[in-house]
Amino acid sequence: MEAYLAVVVGAVFAGGFYLVMRRNLLRFVFGLILLSSGVNLLVFTAGRISRGAPPIIPEGASAPVGEVANALPQALILTAIVIGFGLTVFAMVLLLRLYERLGTLRTDQLKAYLEAPQPVPGLPDEEAPA
Amino acid sequence: MNALLVAPVVWPLATAALLVLLQGRLSIQRTLSTASAAAQLALAVILLARVATEGILVVQFGGWDAPFGISFVADHLAAVMVLVNGIMGTAVAVYALRDLDADRERLGYHPMFHVLLAGVNGAFLTGDLFNLYVWFELLLIASFVLLTLGNRREQLEGGIKYVAANLVASMLLLTGIGLLYGATGTLNMADLALKLPLVPAGLATTLAMLFLVAFGIKAAIFPLFFWLPASYHTPPVAISALFGGMLTKVGVYALLRGFTLLFVADVALTHGLLAWIAGITMVVGVLGAASQTEFRKILSFHIVSQIGYMVMGLAFFTPLGIGGAVFYMVHNIFAKANLFLIAGIARWYGGSFELKKLGGLYRHRPLLAVLFVIAAFSLAGFPPLSGFWAKLVVIRAGFEVQAWPLVAVALFVGLLTLYSMTKIWLAAFWSPLPEGVTLRAGPAPALLYAPVVALALLTLAMGFASAPFFALAERIGAELTDPTGYVLAVLGEAAAAAFVAQGVAP
Repeated sequence: MEAYLAVVVGAVFAGGFYLVMRRNLLRFVFGLILLSSGVNLLVFTAGRISRGAPPIIPEGASAPVGEVANALPQALILTAIVIGFGLTVFAMVLLLRLYERLGTLRTDQLKAYLEAPQPVPGLPDEEAPA
Repeated sequence: MNALLVAPVVWPLATAALLVLLQGRLSIQRTLSTASAAAQLALAVILLARVATEGILVVQFGGWDAPFGISFVADHLAAVMVLVNGIMGTAVAVYALRDLDADRERLGYHPMFHVLLAGVNGAFLTGDLFNLYVWFELLLIASFVLLTLGNRREQLEGGIKYVAANLVASMLLLTGIGLLYGATGTLNMADLALKLPLVPAGLATTLAMLFLVAFGIKAAIFPLFFWLPASYHTPPVAISALFGGMLTKVGVYALLRGFTLLFVADVALTHGLLAWIAGITMVVGVLGAASQTEFRKILSFHIVSQIGYMVMGLAFFTPLGIGGAVFYMVHNIFAKANLFLIAGIARWYGGSFELKKLGGLYRHRPLLAVLFVIAAFSLAGFPPLSGFWAKLVVIRAGFEVQAWPLVAVALFVGLLTLYSMTKIWLAAFWSPLPEGVTLRAGPAPALLYAPVVALALLTLAMGFASAPFFALAERIGAELTDPTGYVLAVLGEAAAAAFVAQGVAP
């Protein structure tokens, strides 16, 4: 099971890094989302896949009885998902603003458009002199 | 539960929450924000005093003993860094009162500023690797907002590079943490120090490389520094100063911690690589600075160059080298942030950051010129300013391990740093005012000068009365090269005995 998942993680990472290296920043963010999922899967796999009861300590006892599943990877992934969600949303908003103000999302055009921006028509130009 | 250890994180977070509720009421926000930053500085002073008298302090959260719960650990390094963060936070909070525009304040500058301080303190204090990742993300998201606040085009363009590089670094960090957990079954740093030697050497080194890249992007070492000069000059000066002084040093702190406590299985390889990186980082950064003609861009490239000196101290992996790296880091935070703040005052007078459009500041504003000389020549390593001692210690550590090429590079880069600082001096201060440029009348607001003077005094103190700073740096160097005390404080005596028995400690 772990070996199978390891291959899946590798494939997701490969896809993620391919997208991250594209010129279009939107693809970059998609790649980031893939990477983020890949990392979560990796943490899950690294914590070992095991069958077991939920890790709940019965009343009166001080340790769980019998074999229990490892709960820590889930806790880590849950945290990572929340953080990843927040960062992705921020990155998306940043891209949107960048596109509105500069008129491009291509990394090789950013410098040129900074000199001669082509903002999306119809939006107020905040840097225009009042 | 030791409340003092948690305070440097809880205090700014609570302040931030309160500031969000006060959104829009600028005068109350300003007062609260500044007062809270000063109180945080006071807390940091008390924390360092406690650590200095009682040794390493530890908190186990939720009553779960390490390695099962999350630990907060304040050794000398962490306490010093928290104190430096408190000083920088206060200085920048005061400076921002006059430097920041009301628009940015309305958009939420104040709460984000305190979230950033909380994230930085958390990263310094935590003793758990996953928790370190969480603090990194917290300070990152706050820094993203601060960097792009105001939505100017060059901010967005610089911001996207900063965001992209740091998000990829975060992914790599989390990958490293996941694999490290898979290999050892623990995330507590002290426990990792105990269990990593049991991991096959090849796997441990591979993991070390993942962490080197992840921390390296955050610390802006060669060849992962490109995002820094592309973005650090775009936000308002107060924010630039905090970023330039503090943020990359969080990455350096993580390198210092990781490559003394965790990844010491194959020192010849990992620290040998660090030595190469240090040398190239120094040279590339300083050459980049030499080609720039904008005040803040020159300073940004110099950040990269000076990160090289700190990594160089770490690469030697001796108590003197690491103590020197820490001394260098603290000196550099003060001097570098101060130069950014001075650039802001120069702009207040001259109306530009472009060296071509500045001039005559020495003749017309001698106080500013004196303050610049203190910070700039300290950065270049002039005796008896703090930068001279910092370089001296790191280079002496190089003599001890006979790393001649790296020592030569460090000395050569020092000369080039002097060239850059002289360039700013000649263009902005010494040369006459360019045609058609007039200096703004009247002295700049005292609130802009106050933090600059305070930081200049700290630089002078570290230079002229360096003995107590050296004593502290020596102690940190000894603590980091022999982490037995760290393991003892977090895990107790049995674990420390096992740690010594493993023979990892020198």
